[in-house]
Amino acid sequence: MILYILRRLVSIAVTFFVVSVIIFLMMHAVPGGPFDGNDMPVSEAVRAKLMAKLGLDQPLYVQYLNYMAGVLQFDFGVPYQSPGETVVSLLAKAWPPSLVLGGLGVLIGTPLGILLGMAAALKRNTWIDYLASGLATLGLTVPVFVISMLLILVFAVWLNWLPASGWGKPERWILPVIAFAAIPLATYARYTRAAMLDTLNRPFVTALRAKGLSERRIIFQHVLRNSAIPMVTVFLPMFIGTATGSIFVEAMFRVPGLGSYFVSSIENRDYPLEMALVLMVTLMFCFAYLISDIAYAWLNPRIRVGGRE
Amino acid sequence: MSTEVNAETELATPPAWRQRSPLWFAWRRFLANKAAVAGGIVLVVLMLAAIFAPLITKTDPTAQDFLTQSLAFPSWEFWFGIDDLGRDFFTRIVFGARVSLTIGFAAAAFSVLIGIPLGALAGYFGGRTDWIIMRIIELFSVVPPLLAAMLLGALTRGGFFTIVFIAALFGWVQVCLLVRAQVKAFREKEFVRAAQALGASPWYIIRRHLVPNSISPIIIGFVLAIPLAMMLEASLSFLGIGVPPPTPSWGQMINTGMNFMFFYWHLAVFPTAALAITVLATTLFGDGLRDALDPTLKGR
Repeated sequence: MILYILRRLVSIAVTFFVVSVIIFLMMHAVPGGPFDGNDMPVSEAVRAKLMAKLGLDQPLYVQYLNYMAGVLQFDFGVPYQSPGETVVSLLAKAWPPSLVLGGLGVLIGTPLGILLGMAAALKRNTWIDYLASGLATLGLTVPVFVISMLLILVFAVWLNWLPASGWGKPERWILPVIAFAAIPLATYARYTRAAMLDTLNRPFVTALRAKGLSERRIIFQHVLRNSAIPMVTVFLPMFIGTATGSIFVEAMFRVPGLGSYFVSSIENRDYPLEMALVLMVTLMFCFAYLISDIAYAWLNPRIRVGGRE
Repeated sequence: MSTEVNAETELATPPAWRQRSPLWFAWRRFLANKAAVAGGIVLVVLMLAAIFAPLITKTDPTAQDFLTQSLAFPSWEFWFGIDDLGRDFFTRIVFGARVSLTIGFAAAAFSVLIGIPLGALAGYFGGRTDWIIMRIIELFSVVPPLLAAMLLGALTRGGFFTIVFIAALFGWVQVCLLVRAQVKAFREKEFVRAAQALGASPWYIIRRHLVPNSISPIIIGFVLAIPLAMMLEASLSFLGIGVPPPTPSWGQMINTGMNFMFFYWHLAVFPTAALAITVLATTLFGDGLRDALDPTLKGR
């Protein structure tokens, strides 16, 4: 097991390196530089000086090595958009809204999705099942900005119950949290239904019924536990995906979270910020998958992770 | 006891006159799935609308013919109203189906073209080849696709072919994994061993035996890649780095509609509904096809 984790850590390091090189090259291959914008034109001399100060006049590999040397010391540079602070402090400021809204969305959507999936599996082929499966398909197929749009139209524009956008007061959180909850809810409804149906058809459930155990104990003590494995393993990657913010949900509801920086760093050629965002998300996903795989092996001892198939 | 049950069920079904093909059973399973059939019908209607768009509406999707009536609400004359630049909105929605569906199908086709050879190679040879291909797939799973798509979009300045390329770049992974699993399962089968013993080259075996045997995962991968590509196109166009403006794209229209939403609801509602219905219909159709062609994958 320890050997397996070590091997995975090496693999993560390689992935991290490859992603950093690819993204760095792609980022610099995009035509234009950080000071070519038309909204604040600078003269040629000023630009040259700025480029020299930020080290942008050096060859690419030197820039890459400099930046990565900083990253290893947890120094992600200074964002060109707001030179008064560091990338780390900017992210520390922008992440809480995304974390709160996305985290709440996952924490609300997951249990609801599990309940919905359980109801669908236990009342198979009734209207409950169709409703739950319908909701799950809708949540997974309708793009999240469409869901946000409909929420704003119905609850803010037509019914006028809730504010359409903003951040701060808790009532402004309701609509974005619902939008964030859609994907975890749909994912969990689908996984739970499939896993429960799978388990309900196993012979041991028949044996338990024959033994005379109450249906409630069969469901909660045996079926649910045996179906929990896929549900546990998808949780962490999904949480990371949601809690790092959504460009769309945050743009629709004008939330000052991480999402907007994904777009603005690309548009403004803000290389340090862009690099930091990509590396951060990549690393979090790598570790989320690693922890999920370890949890999977721990919950299901029949799988020996050392062998990998 | 089990033989008794079998005998009973055999008596219950009328004797088959001829051998039913697996495809016939798949077709029956598909027809039994009402949501999938409905999705398929909607998809066919949308495809017909996209193909015969100029026959459905007489106006041009980019012509600003009704500037004096800009932002007019839906009426008998203009079913979906007029947009902010004086264009008939119904026409733009119908022509938007062309963009969405073409990108969806083209991207799915390219996904399959990349996914089949890589999946077959990984499944057939295993070992180091498999390891390398799986690491490439891992790369695609840890980088947020939208972020990479935005970078690529900025790099190539958007456009129709770029979107197809980006969608295929992220769509092939699913096809590759499906084909790999199937090839891996068939690699040890007797007919493959026999072909190997007769001296067939790996390339011949993959082409003549393994890929034809993977046809159902390939179809499944193809159909399920379509809605993903359509969603990616809409997302990129929504962010303004997708299909460039005069071309009608639903994502772009939603973005514009958002600015007028508080007063002119029709500009936001119709493209939103069009996108939702199309993606939903395609997904339901794809899910139904998957359940019909490969019942063991059901619900995954």
